Amino acid sequence: MLTNEEVAKDLIRQFGEDVYDFEDPFDLLTLSTKREQLIPMLQYLKDHPTYQINFLTDICGIHYPDDPNPEREFCVVYHLHSLIHNFRVRLKVFLSEADLHIPTATTIYACANWMERETYDFFGVNFDGHPKLIRILNMEDMDYFPMRRQYPLEDSTREDKIDALFGR
Amino acid sequence: MASNIKLAEAPEGYEGSGFFATSLDKVIGLARANSLWPLPFATSCCGIEFMATMGSNYDIARFGAERPSFSPRQADVLLVAGTIAKKMAPVVKQVYLQMAEPRWVIAIGACASSGGIFDTYSVLQGIDRIIPVDVYVPGCPPRPEQILDGLMQVQELAKNESLRRRNSPAYQNLLESYNIQ
Repeated sequence: MLTNEEVAKDLIRQFGEDVYDFEDPFDLLTLSTKREQLIPMLQYLKDHPTYQINFLTDICGIHYPDDPNPEREFCVVYHLHSLIHNFRVRLKVFLSEADLHIPTATTIYACANWMERETYDFFGVNFDGHPKLIRILNMEDMDYFPMRRQYPLEDSTREDKIDALFGR
Repeated sequence: MASNIKLAEAPEGYEGSGFFATSLDKVIGLARANSLWPLPFATSCCGIEFMATMGSNYDIARFGAERPSFSPRQADVLLVAGTIAKKMAPVVKQVYLQMAEPRWVIAIGACASSGGIFDTYSVLQGIDRIIPVDVYVPGCPPRPEQILDGLMQVQELAKNESLRRRNSPAYQNLLESYNIQ
């Protein structure tokens, strides 16, 4: 049985200053890392002889427009799962809007392909090295990234809907 | 011979021994109205209600829609049941374009009619943004009875429309306003 503490200590031993902000909400080991260490960390966790955290559950983005630190405006979150030990880890990488680039995980997990396309589609995060970084869920001719907070949720051409009906 | 099979009523006309005369419009209308082949375009929960409508309890076949046509080429009435995302819109339009005249469209449920509860950038706010709609069935989702009522209204349209309506300037303008043809 793997414990959060054991894995956290091992990651600190391995990556030192580059892993920080450890938390365990709902007993889910959560930590932040730097963009440069992301791919080595995914590879390390996957190849680790005992942990074998070898399944990428999800990649998603978050936009924090009100964060005072512009270096933390965007976040990309990786959910990993060890199918052998039923152990989960959540990795966060914070990015600034001016430099919204992160290396692709498709080199390690083929399933990252569509997840990264989705994150690009909704937040505009550029996954460097992705084989085909184009929109996946939205219309190809959409000219903005709809999950960024400055864009309204509503369709601008709506005619029969008023805010009061939707509790706003 | 005693039978409880209900036959379609004959249209108005002149009847005498050995002959019956009426207008061609009415005969064709009668035939069309009682043999509307539906093309179900179901994307969500309204589609489930439509499945119940097709099933033996409600039995849409009683109204001439005996054969759900899963090819638009042979379909007469397009039943759009469910939320249509903007990305799906070109697909709906393509299906409509592939149908042969005369063709009718029923928007089943709030989403197909107006976008419904989906007050969002990704959902088409009613399929009448992309194709002309003949009958709107309200409800979220509508009961099978309501869907049947929608189909019966299309039957009324089919019975009463002039054979040349589809060539009329008004109809051509309608299609043109949707950039069709």
